[in-house]
Amino acid sequence: MASTPYDILIIGGGPGGYVAAIRAAQLGFKTAIVEREHLGGICLNWGCIPTKALLRSAEIYHYAQHPEAYGLKIEGKVTFDPGAVVKRSRGVSAQLNGGVAFLLKKNKVDVIWGEATISKVGEVTVGASSKPVVQPQNPVPKGVLGAGTYQAKHIIVSTGARPRVLPGIEPDGKLIWTYFEAMVPTTFPKSLIVMGSGAIGIEFASFYATMGCEVTVVEVLPQIMPVEDAEIAAVARKRFEKAGIKIMTSTKVVKVEKGANDVTCTVEDDKGVKQSLKAERMISAVGVVCNTENLGLETLGVKLDRGAIVTDGHGRTNVPGVYAIGDVAGPPMLAHKAEHEGVICVETIKGLHTHPMEKTMIPGCTYCHPQVASVGLTEAKAKEAGHTVKVGRFSFVGNGKAIALGEPDGLVKTVFDAKTGKLLGAHMVGAEVTELIQGYVIAMNCETTEEELMHTVFPHPTLSEMMHEAVLDAYGRVIHS
Amino acid sequence: MPINILMPALSPTMEKGNIARWLKKEGDSIKSGDVIAEIETDKATMEIEAVDEGVLAKILVPDGTADVPVNQLIGLIAADGEDVAGVAAGGGAPASAPAASAPAAAAAPAAPVAAAPAPVAAAAPTASAPAAGARVFASPLARRIAKDAGLDLTAVSGTGPHGRIVERDVKAAIAGGGVKAAPAPAAASAPAPQAPRAAAPAAMSDEQVKKFYVPGSYEEIPHDSMRKTIARRLVEAKQTIPHFYLTVDCDLDKLLALREEINKAAPSVDGKPAYKVSVNDFVIKGMALALMRVPDANVTWTEGAMLKHRTADVGVAVSIPGGLITPVVRSAEKKSLSTISNEMKDYAARARARKLKPDEYQGGTSAVSNLGMFGIKHFSAVINPPHATILAVGTGEQRVVVKNGQPAVATVMSVTLSTDHRAVDGALGAELIAAFKQLIENPMSMLV
Repeated sequence: MASTPYDILIIGGGPGGYVAAIRAAQLGFKTAIVEREHLGGICLNWGCIPTKALLRSAEIYHYAQHPEAYGLKIEGKVTFDPGAVVKRSRGVSAQLNGGVAFLLKKNKVDVIWGEATISKVGEVTVGASSKPVVQPQNPVPKGVLGAGTYQAKHIIVSTGARPRVLPGIEPDGKLIWTYFEAMVPTTFPKSLIVMGSGAIGIEFASFYATMGCEVTVVEVLPQIMPVEDAEIAAVARKRFEKAGIKIMTSTKVVKVEKGANDVTCTVEDDKGVKQSLKAERMISAVGVVCNTENLGLETLGVKLDRGAIVTDGHGRTNVPGVYAIGDVAGPPMLAHKAEHEGVICVETIKGLHTHPMEKTMIPGCTYCHPQVASVGLTEAKAKEAGHTVKVGRFSFVGNGKAIALGEPDGLVKTVFDAKTGKLLGAHMVGAEVTELIQGYVIAMNCETTEEELMHTVFPHPTLSEMMHEAVLDAYGRVIHS
Repeated sequence: MPINILMPALSPTMEKGNIARWLKKEGDSIKSGDVIAEIETDKATMEIEAVDEGVLAKILVPDGTADVPVNQLIGLIAADGEDVAGVAAGGGAPASAPAASAPAAAAAPAAPVAAAPAPVAAAAPTASAPAAGARVFASPLARRIAKDAGLDLTAVSGTGPHGRIVERDVKAAIAGGGVKAAPAPAAASAPAPQAPRAAAPAAMSDEQVKKFYVPGSYEEIPHDSMRKTIARRLVEAKQTIPHFYLTVDCDLDKLLALREEINKAAPSVDGKPAYKVSVNDFVIKGMALALMRVPDANVTWTEGAMLKHRTADVGVAVSIPGGLITPVVRSAEKKSLSTISNEMKDYAARARARKLKPDEYQGGTSAVSNLGMFGIKHFSAVINPPHATILAVGTGEQRVVVKNGQPAVATVMSVTLSTDHRAVDGALGAELIAAFKQLIENPMSMLV
């Protein structure tokens, strides 16, 4: 079936793909998006968004368990209903999923339902999805186009990524979970082993621990949340341990044995000491791999590096007319990076003035309790890169608003280049820091130095004052510490 | 497919120009040949004519914008039948669009060049900087790094949002040894002027200079592009050309008599004489003939070779409001006095209106500068590169001279030749000015 050629056809309707589609439509391109499973991608259906809903339930449950801390009393016992918690999470996801369909329709973007293969440059063949459906699935939006051959001048691959599977520890969906199953449990397990302490692992560890589960996190590297600043990770670790999470670093899972309703893990630390851990369930959260299969990339000769499509920073691959954005184009694998890359890619196609993605200024947020947020270089990475640094620190305990909130544990840390005053990185752990980090992100993008940050008036009383203080501290001028 | 209007290269050496004003408004329909905008270059105002028909959909660079690089997109014309609003909203593709992939070309058309002739490759050294005192947009970090490195930000071109100077621009400028060339393709061939700038930082900043005066005790007039060009070129001339000077007195009596005779004989056209030859016209002609008689002095210095010119193209300094300009009388040795005279009248009038074309004031093999009308007895002029000589002409005045051992009164004009010693040595310069004196004092020889 031949149809009118599209200017831009996007494969994958995740945050990278659908944002690129909307921007393309804004720029006057005739645009289509191919999706095989769910508009909004993992982020909106099985990632960022539904986990935030789960974590919100956990947060409120946590506060409800300590009403006396705020002078409140709850008569009777606060309990939870796993089914209802999950249902709420799915509802949030479904609402946003419908929102994406609406946005695409509003922008006159055609949605083609199925799995796409680039048959040749300028042509995409869409057939039935080969991917097993993960339940519950949101309904297929109305008015979508079906299988067929579609022509497009520019094809953008934004097929995302999926959980990495370690040999011998293959998730079975019953005892060994990936984030899919971990997000929609029918009951909450009494005990849980989380393999991997990146953002996904730590968020689930935090959620389940709050919901009363006995959680053990096993991390192969010496530090949890390995991409974060060591000091921040240490503060977070202390908090997690205080909340009852057992953390084993420099430790790897060497064997997993499945029982009837439990798993037994053999773990080994860096000194070769082995021990056995038993839990009802295990979550494998050891990173993700790019979805590059069945797209016809090999036939086209699209270059890959370590499983990710190689692009030039504007989304162009080595094959003219084929572009890649988001997770499939390599790390950092974050929804907001995918969105931004989508916009850069489409604007580059339009011929607008764009700059390549500046990967050193992409913030990262983890919504565990306490939250962790960061942007730029860690202190260690900055030194590694040859910078002489000035480091500022400010603890939550010195901030009025934090005390009033009952959140006195946390740290804000800044890393400046001593010579130029360039803000190289900022790192935070504590309440609401995921909402604060963008202040530093803007500062970095505007290339402020410490001086402008010092001159900026931060509102009182807010947690953001700590961001000011952490800058002042780097230059020996901190007030409340 | 919208038609891009690009900043035209009005001369081979042009790197940047100012948008003096748009003569068409957004929404105006445009016919081929319509003048759509005026471009101000170093010394002249030029018109851009439309090649294509359509509607001026969008003005991207407004009136009065200075230092717009050649080939930058300045406006968009919607072709017949095209949606004007759509074109205006689309913004168009930048002329120097990153070599997009093949299919990209289809959706984002590499639009045809409208008014601009393709820029001629090799660019002369003109690293012009924005006006001193004008606000420089730079990030705080860029400012700090530039300050620490002693780099003048006015000499850096920005690549950040809205042309803001950001860290990478300053780092590139520092790595490049000071001044960064315009982002235009020119860079590679431009030689000299970067080095001296980096080596000899400006003596005092504007702020330091202003501190000598009570605020409000002066009026601050920003430089226009002509003032900037004059400043740049004269500094360049004095810093790079080893000048030396030769002065002689010329007896003008015969010339004045001949002039009167020639002018009296001018036929009448519409009740006015067809020509009125001035002393300066004789000077131009005399200089041209002298250069032909001493061809080794009719040269231009380049690092690799001496350019020995076959014609004498004499530039004539013309004072105009706000500056001066030097239109060139080409092959002046072959032209009659009346032709030179009428040509100069036309040049002078158009120079004052800033309507000279670049090819009318660029190049040349020598020049004359006459301040006689102000009663100046004698001065020495700054050579106007690429010339190797310039003749400074004083006033013709009656002086007591010695003739045949007796005091006598004669009309005498002092002239001073400045020469570029790299190209014209002392004796050669003396030969040239002697030839000039001989011609001026025996003006009939100019007519044969």
